[in-house]
Amino acid sequence: MVSTMQSVCDVPAIHNAGPKAASFNPYADNGGSIVAIAGNDFAIIASDTRLSSGFSVYTREQSKLFKLSDTTVLGATGCWCDTLTLTRILEARMQMYLHEHQKCMSTAAVAQMLSTMMYYKRFFPYYISNILAGLDDEGKGCIYSYDVIGHCEKAKFRAGGSAGALLQPLLDNQIGLKNMENVDVQTINVEKALAVIKDVFISAAERDIYTGDSILIKVITKDGIRDENFPLRRD
Amino acid sequence: MCTFSRAPITTGTSVLGIKFDGGVAIAADILGSYGSLARFRDCPRIIKVNKNIILGAGGDYADYQYLKDIIEQKIIDDECQDDGFHLKPKSLHCWLTRVLYNRRSKFDPFWTNFIVGGIQDGETFLGTVDKLGTAYEDMHIATGYGAYIALPLMRDALEKNPDLDMRQAQELLVKCLEVLYYRDARSFPKVSLI
Repeated sequence: MVSTMQSVCDVPAIHNAGPKAASFNPYADNGGSIVAIAGNDFAIIASDTRLSSGFSVYTREQSKLFKLSDTTVLGATGCWCDTLTLTRILEARMQMYLHEHQKCMSTAAVAQMLSTMMYYKRFFPYYISNILAGLDDEGKGCIYSYDVIGHCEKAKFRAGGSAGALLQPLLDNQIGLKNMENVDVQTINVEKALAVIKDVFISAAERDIYTGDSILIKVITKDGIRDENFPLRRD
Repeated sequence: MCTFSRAPITTGTSVLGIKFDGGVAIAADILGSYGSLARFRDCPRIIKVNKNIILGAGGDYADYQYLKDIIEQKIIDDECQDDGFHLKPKSLHCWLTRVLYNRRSKFDPFWTNFIVGGIQDGETFLGTVDKLGTAYEDMHIATGYGAYIALPLMRDALEKNPDLDMRQAQELLVKCLEVLYYRDARSFPKVSLI
């Protein structure tokens, strides 16, 4: 009798655990790509407009660019529910800054605050790839890119989101003029930047199923922010 | 890590929503499934919230009923204020986004997806929220199997004729639910449409 009891107790714990439901995943990958390029007196940021999950396209016309001020635009892709939450808090914090200091937040200040807000959720991160584009205090274009836990880096051009790894080497070559011989390095203008952005998005839409439908481009200059649209393949 | 999350128990399948000229329509069947068992055959899950909002729900029926009770109380409070202001579809949609996102952040989600439709300031509104708080607006929305089976039919119909009238929209939704009944094992031939 005693030996029977012993054998029941010897069964490893895992067999006593009973049936278990598949664990809940609070994150979703809703795809989307962002590209941003900064010039001497402008910054351009573009995103595709596809919102998807797995093999289904939720909507073909979801902008992932958020105008935060007259000189700052945020591009955010990844987990869409986190993006909605983060941008809402960000907009509220910028309003609070405006009322406390009687002036709009500068791009550099927003960039630092975004890093702090992302790191605040270090142990339950917002699953978002952020790229912030804008003009600095001197009116020069600047780009800041982030990882999900708030690491921030200033750059001249950056690709992020589902096709980020696909597009960054293309930008390194075409904008950064890397691995090229006998090139005359000159500052990039708006027309060239727009052409490169359209080209890289067309390439991304060919290979990345989470990028497509169309691109929304915001051109930030001292005169304000101009919108542009460009269709991509929809399959 | 200990999680609170459960699995859905009594569930509703796809919900479909579409915008048409001057309005919105939401449709779903009225079956409450218990796993693979077609258990409850009169579970309407589309409601008129107030005179300018309609709401459809899929997923766990208990979670839907719990939120429906809260929303209905909000409408009663709204009426009691008697200030001429009423809840608007965008406000309800936004509120649902926050409620569902908060619960997913506690690892205890409401296992539902909602479609909110309505008219706000003379414009039609159609939006959806899922159990994570993922929210978006579109001309046509379908959840569950509807996203695979009905949505392509709806996109096709709207591409051919972008300005559907009410009758055409209703016919399209009924057709979509009929096709869903052919293939979705958790569907039912009785439907509700608002």
